[in-house]
Amino acid sequence: MSTTPAVPPKKVNRIGLEVLPYKGSRTTLCAGCGHNSISERIVECFYELGIQPWTVAKFSGIGCSSKSPAYFLGLSHGFNGVHGRMPAIATGAMLANRNLLGLGVTGDGDTASIGIGQFMHLVRRNLPMIYIIENNGVYGLTKGQFSATADLGSTLKTGMPNDLPPFDCCALGLKWGATFVARSFSGDKRQLQAILKTAISHQGLSIIDVISPCVTFNDHEGSTKSYSYMKEHEEVLHELDYVPYYEDISVEIPEGTVTEVQMHDGSRLRIRKLDRDFDPTDRLAALGALEEAEKKGEVLTGVLYVNTRKPTFLELLNLPEEAIATLPESRVRPSKSVLEQVMEELR
Amino acid sequence: MSTLEVSPSEPLTHPSDHPVVNDFSIQIATVNGSGSQTANTVLMRSIFQMGIPVSGKNMFPSNIAGLPTWFTIRASKHGYIGRRKEIDFLVAMNPETAREDVMKLDSGATVVYDEPLKLSELRSDLHFYPVPFDKLVAPVCPEAKLRKLVRNMIYDGVVAWLLSIDMDELRKALVKQFGKRKAKAADLNWGAARAGFDFAARTFTKNDPYRVERMNQTAGKIIIDGNAACALGAMFAGVTVVTWYPITPSSSLVETLIGYMKRFRHDPENGKSTYAIVQAEDELASIGMALGAGWAGARSMTATAGPGISLMSEFIGLGYYAEIPAVVFDVERVGPSTGLPTRTQQGDLLSVALCSHGDTRHPMYFPCSPEECFSMTIDAFDFAEQFQTPTFVMTDLDLGMNNWMADPFAYPDQPIRRGKVLSAEDLSKLGGFARYKDVDGDGVGYRTLPGTDHPAASYFTRGSGHNEKAQYTEREDDYIFNMDRLAHKFECMRQRVPEPVVNIVPGARIGFVAIGTSDYAVRESCDQLRNEYQIDASYLRLKAYPFTEHLVDFIRHHDRVYVVDQNRDAQLLGLMRLELDPGLLAKLRSLRYYGGLPLDARTVTDEVVKQEGK
Repeated sequence: MSTTPAVPPKKVNRIGLEVLPYKGSRTTLCAGCGHNSISERIVECFYELGIQPWTVAKFSGIGCSSKSPAYFLGLSHGFNGVHGRMPAIATGAMLANRNLLGLGVTGDGDTASIGIGQFMHLVRRNLPMIYIIENNGVYGLTKGQFSATADLGSTLKTGMPNDLPPFDCCALGLKWGATFVARSFSGDKRQLQAILKTAISHQGLSIIDVISPCVTFNDHEGSTKSYSYMKEHEEVLHELDYVPYYEDISVEIPEGTVTEVQMHDGSRLRIRKLDRDFDPTDRLAALGALEEAEKKGEVLTGVLYVNTRKPTFLELLNLPEEAIATLPESRVRPSKSVLEQVMEELR
Repeated sequence: MSTLEVSPSEPLTHPSDHPVVNDFSIQIATVNGSGSQTANTVLMRSIFQMGIPVSGKNMFPSNIAGLPTWFTIRASKHGYIGRRKEIDFLVAMNPETAREDVMKLDSGATVVYDEPLKLSELRSDLHFYPVPFDKLVAPVCPEAKLRKLVRNMIYDGVVAWLLSIDMDELRKALVKQFGKRKAKAADLNWGAARAGFDFAARTFTKNDPYRVERMNQTAGKIIIDGNAACALGAMFAGVTVVTWYPITPSSSLVETLIGYMKRFRHDPENGKSTYAIVQAEDELASIGMALGAGWAGARSMTATAGPGISLMSEFIGLGYYAEIPAVVFDVERVGPSTGLPTRTQQGDLLSVALCSHGDTRHPMYFPCSPEECFSMTIDAFDFAEQFQTPTFVMTDLDLGMNNWMADPFAYPDQPIRRGKVLSAEDLSKLGGFARYKDVDGDGVGYRTLPGTDHPAASYFTRGSGHNEKAQYTEREDDYIFNMDRLAHKFECMRQRVPEPVVNIVPGARIGFVAIGTSDYAVRESCDQLRNEYQIDASYLRLKAYPFTEHLVDFIRHHDRVYVVDQNRDAQLLGLMRLELDPGLLAKLRSLRYYGGLPLDARTVTDEVVKQEGK
């Protein structure tokens, strides 16, 4: 640990930790898998922001993506649950201890097929946590079946075409109540970092749909979730910069091209305009942009929506500041006189 | 069962010279949604307030309004509060069922009925009292749209006169039922009851033998349903996360809990809730949330019925294998599938004991009374955390939804026991820990809670193969070692579960084994067997699964042991088959009832007599 500094002194973050404690065990996913890049971004972001790993709780369901929490933040508690039901586990844990930083990692099978019901209810509740969908349009762990995010007309490795339209998890999140919705590409290191850091600062549910190619089962000609397809069809909405709350920001913002969103913890998301005007606080505009991109065959990436005002599920429940799980007996077991009062009412 | 001996051809018009006091059952047949529940509760409570042991059982349809409902009140000076098969006193308000209800009665029974139904034409061996309800209700309830609801209170007055129920007690019960806030409604209903009483007094000559007399058997007691008792148990157990999905007959457990938590579990200083209650999107989510919360250190629970258990089974296996505490209430109803959703059964024993795929075993508590619903719920929360496993409190619709007379609940005499949880200080002392290492020899490892402020606190929880350090493994030896430890943990539970209640009758050759609400029928049946057939029977009531040595001793001690099951497939007996020495199994006999009504003593007695060849 960081308490035994080596000579020469190693690089540490603002809470004095090296990067090692932010890493996990060695990945068992395929070489080149997009999920591994996402794991690396997670390690970097939590390290760079200086977040204590043991304040984080990792959640996942079943699938290749859901294995990945073992490969980052090894000093965080992790829960690899059942297929499609990660939202329930995460909800329970966050109710028990609202001070956890919840980080869910799931896949498109987990979220858009077996778990779409739980996903939608998580969105509806605006549970404060990060929900990353490692979206490759295919079931990897069962060797290459279509998922419900596979695009119409895209083909399996065998050549079989998909004849059903996809669910767009960002559109679902936007429609039903998520307060931070973003899409990114596992190959876009800079954008994904900015999005992840903003999600860490966000108080509310963050949906991050990351197109993350499956090199083994869905990286071929005919796939719309391959590296080459993304390179040709990715349409970047804007350039993103995340400025943490603890950094002094003295750089002047050029008027007209950059807007800022202040996050709950005081951090800022700087959004630099590219070709189009896009206001990420306008939910309907975001839905419209997704619809339009779909028609054009583009994959829109960037921050689609951010809402820093909507109350979270934990606020609606009127929970105290500390974790209810560990309240002392004196606060969770009513007194003898309460029991006597209730008994008297029942006589 | 009637004490009258009458010839069916002779009309019953003469006064009875064999009074039957404090020992009969009243059945009230109504249409659901007509407000009869209030009238029935008031009637039951009036008898209770006169010091007479009483029970009330509601047999209702899976419907909101318009279908037949029967409510049975049993008064028993002997203290028998199980269901009685025979009906002595019928209040026939439902035109749909009135004829069939009358035809089913034993000779000598009494019928109060709505006059236009003309029921007295049906039989001449019963006591009939026709009441013109519509004529009586109009003057006491000027508002026509309320008459449907107030009408039923008239039969309370009529029955009060016929049975000599003290009208002051009835009024007291009525005021209690409506509460201070609904004084106007109480007045209106009291007027109706009074009208019924006055009508009966000036119209009828009492011919039937049934009446009540004051006793002193209910002083200090309360009336409560099992679901409310479980809810109170959960609140006093210090539950912090409650997740649920509505399903009959368990919904009222959480609904009652919500009411009590709102009153008694808010921080007096800042008004904050010291709990979270979430109505989930389905049972998969409710158990998932309960497990997530239990993993993060909450005292968590969910409540459901059989169909919910089926839906939860995958998660319950995860809870077992990943070793996460949670308390699950299963208020059993009649299955399979939707079954009879408003009837009672003990039909989930096997599916809960072995719930989920692979090798799984789950502990179950079997409360039989509101007192045990309360105390066992508190114990179940301790148990779940001590053994780090989903723990089931098995009740049924009869216990959960019917009103029971009970002793006031005792305040827990032990502090909350939260099991083996390592704090940051513990970790500093130890330097680290292995989540699934059996340090103490009881199969239970030490856990840490997420958020514990220590770099050595974390471990990875998974439903896939894991070793002592909670690391992923597919090794044969790791898997077997872990599964054997889980089996050992289950064995250790035998020393911790509540012991059975054992009543050995000296010289008895036969014995009963039963759980939960079968208790009332079995205890009464023991008396019937002794008094009517000179058969002595011992009785062991199990309070929990896994079973303890007491069960083995009990079976050894008797020639034949009747295992009472409220299900078709002898599930309790089946569980014993899985555990007991084959030599003992030959002594076991199965006694089953699965019609959906609460088990009654006569059914038990008749079956034993038949099997004993008497």
